[in-house]
Amino acid sequence: MTDASRPLLTVDHLTMRFGGLVAIDDVSFDAHPSEITAIIGPNGAGKTTVFNCLTGFYKPTEGMLTLNRGKRSFLLERMEGHDIAGHAGIARTFQNIRLFSAMSVLENLLVAQHRSLMAASAGSFAGLFGLPSYRHAHRTAIDKAKGWLDRVGLTHRADEDAGNLPYGDQRRLEIARAMCSDPVLLCLDEPAAGLNPRETQGLNELIVGIRKDFGTGILLIEHDMSVVMQISDHVIVLDYGRKISDGTPDQVRADPAVIRAYLGEEDEDTAVTANAAAGP
Amino acid sequence: MTATTYDSADTKARAFPWRTALIEAGITAFIAFMLAITMVGIHLETVQGGLAIATRFADVVVAIILAFVGRIGIVAMREGFPMVVLIGGVAAAALGLLVPPIDIVAAVLQALGGEAPPATPVLQIMQVAGGVILALRAAWLVWRQRGSRESQDERSRSLGDLSARIQGWTGYIGPVAAAFAVALPFLFYDRATIDLATLVLTYIMLAWGLNIIVGLAGLLDLGYVAFYAVGAYSYALLATEFGWSFWICLPLAGLLAATAGLILGFPVLRLRGDYFAIVTLGFGEIIRVVLLNWYEFTGGPDGISSIPRPSFFGFAEFTRSPDEGVTAFHDMFGLEFSGIHRVIFLYYLILVLALFVNFVSVRVRRLPIGRAWEALREDDVACQSLGINRRNIKLAAFMFSAGFGGVAGSFFATRQGFISPESFQFIESAIILAIVVLGGMGSQAGIVLAAVLMIGMPEVFRELEQYRMLAFGALMVIIMVWRPRGLLAHRDPSVRLHPPEGRRRLWSIGGRKAAEPAVSDGAAQ
Ligand SMILES: Nc1ncnc2c1ncn2[C@@H]1O[C@H](COP(=O)(O)OP(=O)(O)OP(=O)(O)O)[C@@H](O)[C@H]1O
Ligand SMILES: [Mg+2]
Repeated sequence: MTDASRPLLTVDHLTMRFGGLVAIDDVSFDAHPSEITAIIGPNGAGKTTVFNCLTGFYKPTEGMLTLNRGKRSFLLERMEGHDIAGHAGIARTFQNIRLFSAMSVLENLLVAQHRSLMAASAGSFAGLFGLPSYRHAHRTAIDKAKGWLDRVGLTHRADEDAGNLPYGDQRRLEIARAMCSDPVLLCLDEPAAGLNPRETQGLNELIVGIRKDFGTGILLIEHDMSVVMQISDHVIVLDYGRKISDGTPDQVRADPAVIRAYLGEEDEDTAVTANAAAGP
Repeated sequence: MTATTYDSADTKARAFPWRTALIEAGITAFIAFMLAITMVGIHLETVQGGLAIATRFADVVVAIILAFVGRIGIVAMREGFPMVVLIGGVAAAALGLLVPPIDIVAAVLQALGGEAPPATPVLQIMQVAGGVILALRAAWLVWRQRGSRESQDERSRSLGDLSARIQGWTGYIGPVAAAFAVALPFLFYDRATIDLATLVLTYIMLAWGLNIIVGLAGLLDLGYVAFYAVGAYSYALLATEFGWSFWICLPLAGLLAATAGLILGFPVLRLRGDYFAIVTLGFGEIIRVVLLNWYEFTGGPDGISSIPRPSFFGFAEFTRSPDEGVTAFHDMFGLEFSGIHRVIFLYYLILVLALFVNFVSVRVRRLPIGRAWEALREDDVACQSLGINRRNIKLAAFMFSAGFGGVAGSFFATRQGFISPESFQFIESAIILAIVVLGGMGSQAGIVLAAVLMIGMPEVFRELEQYRMLAFGALMVIIMVWRPRGLLAHRDPSVRLHPPEGRRRLWSIGGRKAAEPAVSDGAAQ
């Protein structure tokens, strides 16, 4: 961990209210480049809401969200959603997969490169007349998509409708699509949900590989503890919108507040066992 | 009751369940009797000095027999005897065509000493149509049994394959159809046919234009006729007020309509789904009402008349005796003067305009903007998360669509020579939209097919007189039941990593030309 360097993302006193409901209550944390930061918590803890605030789908009620990309800093709460993805470089996946189902797998990956392709097609004119500059950009985009298809093992299904893929493939395709937009921060919302153990293992490798090869910072919401404990560098625990713990996987696992949140206060026995299982 | 299960699992010979068939057919006949006796059997006739009740019992008898036999056919089909029904249906249809059923009844009645009833063509139509429908249904079952295709799923997939195949053929059908369109004025050298073809092409062009908003971007625009009107009035006003030439006004009308699209697009951007549709509907009406009431500018309900006709690209006029210093088209080519020259010229004009719209749409679909439109249709939330500016993308869709609508509008104005708000009613938007939906959203070839059916058929069915709209409506219902996603709903990816074998790629912006020349489309799967 490079503590000296600036964090990639700083979440400062983030609060999100929906009418009377406080979905996020004064949460602060950092995320660093090339690190996997997991956000865990029981159902309804406010994890997805954090993502929605980060990616501009919700305007936070209070708080400051800063993303540092190179020398530039972006104040996310003041930006429009599409600029957060396009300029600041935050990409995300969704808890319920959101692919462009009736479009082919390859097309999904090309849509993700919309910004660079659009610039190359010069407001569609270069594209309409098939100018060489556009053709070149198009080929580059396809090569990049091909690289990602190879990585997620979908090359042979490139021309099929994304909606026809099996569930596990769709999850991986969504990650590849997010990565095709060249993000500095990748937000994954429960990527392992609905996967079998073998697929989950593959997913772990994919995420770790992305971090290693691209230096992308990763925010990971996950219920599957085998994923969280295996690959994350840093875990944040939310409960009822509040941050109740923050640290390395081992620290969090041993934190009594976390055990209480997950197992309920009364159940002393289990708490002790879990504690013991967490080890020294 | 009937259409749910057509289990065709066992093909073994079975006894025909006469009892069920007769009971069901009996009930059907009874219902038919109850309905027909009042609705068909008795009717009012104007006679001298007032009204009189007339009877048509022979018709009732025929109707009941038809219902009875038809029901037996349905039961037979359900019980796994499609072959019998197929033959019976064809026979019934053929018999209906040759000998009107009423004649048979009349003959019987006459033999019994009664008087011959007046002929009713409706029953004949019913018999033919019923026979054909039953036969088609049965043929479908027979075909399905042979291929031992069972599940509904597989059935719809095989239909999908079929339309995929047809879509694949458009690589060849397209040029053939275009060649046919080019040759049409000479194949049918008559005014009515060319006029009808021009009308159909106008709608094809409009539908291709609307397809960008509805089929690609997935925004249900119910007010497309507004842009058509803007284009028409742009040309009409520019030409009558300033005397500008059609050839300058044509692109100008497109640009003005695109601007209108931009202006109307802004307020509706935030709306989705039904709200979007309703507001666009409102805008369409607003434009029409403005045209109707702004008397000084648009002539209100009187419209604008004597709109100049287009010249032959500024070189010649289509008139018998043109003004001083202007060449006449027939003199230029040393032809005999004929009014049909202009008709043919207008036909070719709309053909070129429509093909231009097609060319641009097909091309744009393969560009980032076109893909973004489709992505927007699929999932706009995901679009935003990928950095796509939804506002700009939607506005671009509006501008493209509106611009094409405007060009079509100025063509309409110059062809008619007279326009008024009457021509830009909501029904026009509805027809254009119906063509897009019927054709299969987003399918260029489907739109041609649907436009020919929608615009051409009512003209062809003109002979059926008041049953025309009925036949038309029935056709729409049948298509929507048979192919709810449109006639040619199959979508081909805009770019492929693995080009399909044996199919020629018409476009390859990706630079990946399919190496193989077109081989026959064998059923290799
Ligand atoms: N748009 C909204 N309007 C009102 N309430 C909302 C909205 N979005 C989220 N909430 C509420 O905020 C709380 C947190 O929801 P969130 O989806 O962030 O939970 P989560 O931690 O992602 O849960 P899960 O593990 O089930 O996905 C919930 O009580 C939810 O009902
Ligand atoms: Mg969630």
